[in-house]
Amino acid sequence: MVEVLAFESIAQAAAALRDRTVYLGGGTLVMRAVNFGDSSIERIVLANDPSVKAIRTEGNRVVLGSGATMADVLASKETAFLASVARGIGGPAVRSMATVGGNLFAQHPYGDFAAAILALDAKLSLTDGSEIDMGSFLARRGSLRSLVARIQFERPASGEFHFRKMSRVKPKGVSVISIAALIPNSAGRVSNARIAYCGMGETPVRASAAEAALEGRTLDPQGIAAAVSAASAGLAPPDDAIASSWYRKEVAPVLLRRLLLGEAD
Amino acid sequence: MNTVEFRKNLFSDERPENLSEIGRPTVRQDILGHVTGRSAFYDDHQFDGLLHMRCVRSPHHHARIRSVDFSNAERMDGVRRIVGPNDVPKNLNTLLSLINFGKEDEPLLSGEKTAYRGEPVLAVIADTERQARVAASSVRVEWEPMPHVLDVEEALAPGAPTVNETYPDNTFEYHERYDHQKLRFGDVDKGFSEADRIVEGRYRMSPIEQAPIETCGAIAAPDTGDRFVCYTSTQALFFSLATTAKLLDTASSRLHFIGGTVGGGFGGKVDSIVEPMAVLGAMLSGRPVKFMWDREEEMQVGAPRGAELWIIKDGVAADGRILARRFTGYFDAGAYTRLSSYAVVKSTGHLPGPYTIPNVASNVYCVFTNRTPATAMRGFGITGVDYAIECQMDRVAEAVGMDPVELRILNAYRDGDMKAHRRVAKNTALIECCQVAAEKAGWRISPDSTRQSSLEGGGGRRAEIPETATDQIGRIGERRRSRIPVEPLVGSGPRGRIPAGTAGPAVEAAPPQRPDMAMDWEREKSAADFVREPVKRPKTATQPQSRLAAAPEPLPPAQEKAEAPYIPKAPFNRGVRKPGVSRFLSGTRRR
Amino acid sequence: MSKSPVSFELNGSETSLFVEGGQNLLDALRRGVGDLTPKFGCNQGTCGACTVLIDGQPFLSCLVLAVNAEGRSIETAAGLSDGPSLHPLQQAFIDGFAAQCGYCTPGMLLAAKTLLDRNPNPAREEIAEAISGNLCRCTGYAPIIDAILSAAEIVRRSNRP
Repeated sequence: MVEVLAFESIAQAAAALRDRTVYLGGGTLVMRAVNFGDSSIERIVLANDPSVKAIRTEGNRVVLGSGATMADVLASKETAFLASVARGIGGPAVRSMATVGGNLFAQHPYGDFAAAILALDAKLSLTDGSEIDMGSFLARRGSLRSLVARIQFERPASGEFHFRKMSRVKPKGVSVISIAALIPNSAGRVSNARIAYCGMGETPVRASAAEAALEGRTLDPQGIAAAVSAASAGLAPPDDAIASSWYRKEVAPVLLRRLLLGEAD
Repeated sequence: MNTVEFRKNLFSDERPENLSEIGRPTVRQDILGHVTGRSAFYDDHQFDGLLHMRCVRSPHHHARIRSVDFSNAERMDGVRRIVGPNDVPKNLNTLLSLINFGKEDEPLLSGEKTAYRGEPVLAVIADTERQARVAASSVRVEWEPMPHVLDVEEALAPGAPTVNETYPDNTFEYHERYDHQKLRFGDVDKGFSEADRIVEGRYRMSPIEQAPIETCGAIAAPDTGDRFVCYTSTQALFFSLATTAKLLDTASSRLHFIGGTVGGGFGGKVDSIVEPMAVLGAMLSGRPVKFMWDREEEMQVGAPRGAELWIIKDGVAADGRILARRFTGYFDAGAYTRLSSYAVVKSTGHLPGPYTIPNVASNVYCVFTNRTPATAMRGFGITGVDYAIECQMDRVAEAVGMDPVELRILNAYRDGDMKAHRRVAKNTALIECCQVAAEKAGWRISPDSTRQSSLEGGGGRRAEIPETATDQIGRIGERRRSRIPVEPLVGSGPRGRIPAGTAGPAVEAAPPQRPDMAMDWEREKSAADFVREPVKRPKTATQPQSRLAAAPEPLPPAQEKAEAPYIPKAPFNRGVRKPGVSRFLSGTRRR
Repeated sequence: MSKSPVSFELNGSETSLFVEGGQNLLDALRRGVGDLTPKFGCNQGTCGACTVLIDGQPFLSCLVLAVNAEGRSIETAAGLSDGPSLHPLQQAFIDGFAAQCGYCTPGMLLAAKTLLDRNPNPAREEIAEAISGNLCRCTGYAPIIDAILSAAEIVRRSNRP
């Protein structure tokens, strides 16, 4: 028998977290575990908190409430550049349930949106009042005792943010891998690129070697060659029913090249 | 809506033009229920006080069970009953025992060892599904993992672990004599020696899960009159009923099975596992019990189309005629027979594909491995070998430098040709299919290939049964005893030759059990009326003996001093009383 | 066992029942209310057989906590037809042979309804996207898409003044 506790705010819900207790956002992860009789879940906490669903901008920063759904992201003008990421996740029913915050905790092979958040160099505001960057969050997400309330990042300049996803089912399915990339350039040369993968590790990971190889280069076949050949460097993607580790390493450079050159899938 | 295109010019004398159903879409009779959501699938029947049954399953590919401790589970909230192997009245079965084919080899719940990952060893019945799940996960089983084998060739290698104790050599036993199903037609070695080219290929198919959207399941409940009603997802209602009666050693008249509305089956819902479990649960608890696989179980323990491996060797003349074709085939049955033994026989009847090849030999093995037991799926026994044959045809075309469509037309069987299993081919249409496919694909073929017809050029010499080389190799146990490697047609033992023209005995498949069950041809007249005039077809030189011949004629003895080839002691027969077999099997009760 | 009351509107009718803590909406609708039109397929949000509409949006009822349905408006396939008159989508599925085993059909119809309610003139690709979360294993996607296209036409014609 699972106990359900509903709270007015996400902070109160976070305060109720203890052993054998989970916070339920959109339900796509937690309910799945509950349905399959996960005996480690004895309590579910909920927050009927409209503020966590809000999507807004503060100056040049975008603030996503962790309870915003993929459908909310698609509907908001503030997040139009993230539409391709949100649209790539599930069918319409999953998108009306799955939340931005939930995606940050999704286990491999899920987490396309988390990869985008990683590429955008986002800061996460936790319910304990602290702020944490996405990279540190991914390293600690299993042992975190607070909840993510908001996600903030600088709005990318037009054309700087890119996303590609490769799956084995049309029109869509789980990612074999996906790539989210922030490719700023000044005077035609790339500077401080951030490239993040979903599916190339147990959590979303950055393609540090490819990022370095892109520094100061131009976005043409010669300019990106070194980055493409370093696409899988230092990464150990998992083997699973979707794809083998070998296959993911083979797909990464192909998808990265398409993303950087704007080629068709 | 009509996406079917009819080529009325082809075989126009073989059908009347006044068909009112064929070629016209017909609205399904159950469609209104489907679109309103009112069609009642098995889980759409509700029972007051329904209990839920969940299994404890093996996490190992192959493991001995040292001990099972369910004392915790027994004491948990809502748990009504623990069901173990000893609760199953007759805990060993093989599905095709209903037609007397194969030995009992699979328990419903395993007590001593498990031979595939997910094999059930115990079941828990509880008030809610969650309680049943939690209780099942609290059962402690002490496992002793054993070496396992997941590949057919490895399973046949000397020293491979025995998967299934009923078949210690890891092969199903055919005709109580061989570790494989044989097909011999002509002499392939002679054919190879006459060939200009030898083309060899290996073809592998992975298992495929049917993945129906509705998972397998059944709800059973005590009914009036000491009977049990069972709503089930089965694709084979009476098969499941008879299997349940047998495993539970009860009269089939006590079982009232209701099914027919199935949420997708594709062959994956014939194995009759969920029904005996649910009925057993209802018997032991005295309450309605649901036994339903979740999605994970459907994918892990639901029997898939099995893996297959085919090795084909062709002897080809320079002009593209295939003179000899030899097959070694392996069906991966998984840990238990289920229906794979039958798939092997079915595939053998299909060889060498829709082609007329004068020398054909095949050895097809039904191999036990520690994978999930395999079963039926859409054309099983045929789909895999057809894939192998058609890949091989492309390779042959490449080897002799011929157009692949023309190579097929050249070797295609034609009406009146003798097939490798000694039946005359009729209603063949491969040539026409090739021609239409080439036309549709915009693939140019020669005028000569365009002129060919499956109605012409068949029969005559092509209808003759050649002198056939026989052998006794691959007897049960020989491979392991003599450490014979897995090599096609290698082995010792006498060889023999059967004279040309020997058609083999005609066996009446299933004689009527009572005179009033015999076919009344007068009543079949309406079907015969469709044929307006006799079909003009070339008379074949050698017709096999009438199917209604009275007694099987023995084969002429082989010339060398060899054991006579296998002949069944009695024709295939349903409803024969067999010692040790439940008298409640379908077809035997009326005796 | 403690149960919680929950009230919602189901196909236009006020409905109240008691649910268990971790119970999902699919189970509550099927066992609690007796609306058997949402189907159990995977219990993990991948097949779409349990699709229902909540406040007009598609949801996977197996992943909705039943207590969270409080005060919402839920539509299932049971509410599609108006008495004996079928919804244009239902009629189009019949005429277009768009159901074989029928198990995915209720979810498929609701996914299609969400689309047509919002966009009565969808392109083929938009329909494919709208039903991309609903699996059909009898492999009948082409007739399903055709049927939704023809239902859209019927809806457009009936909306015309």
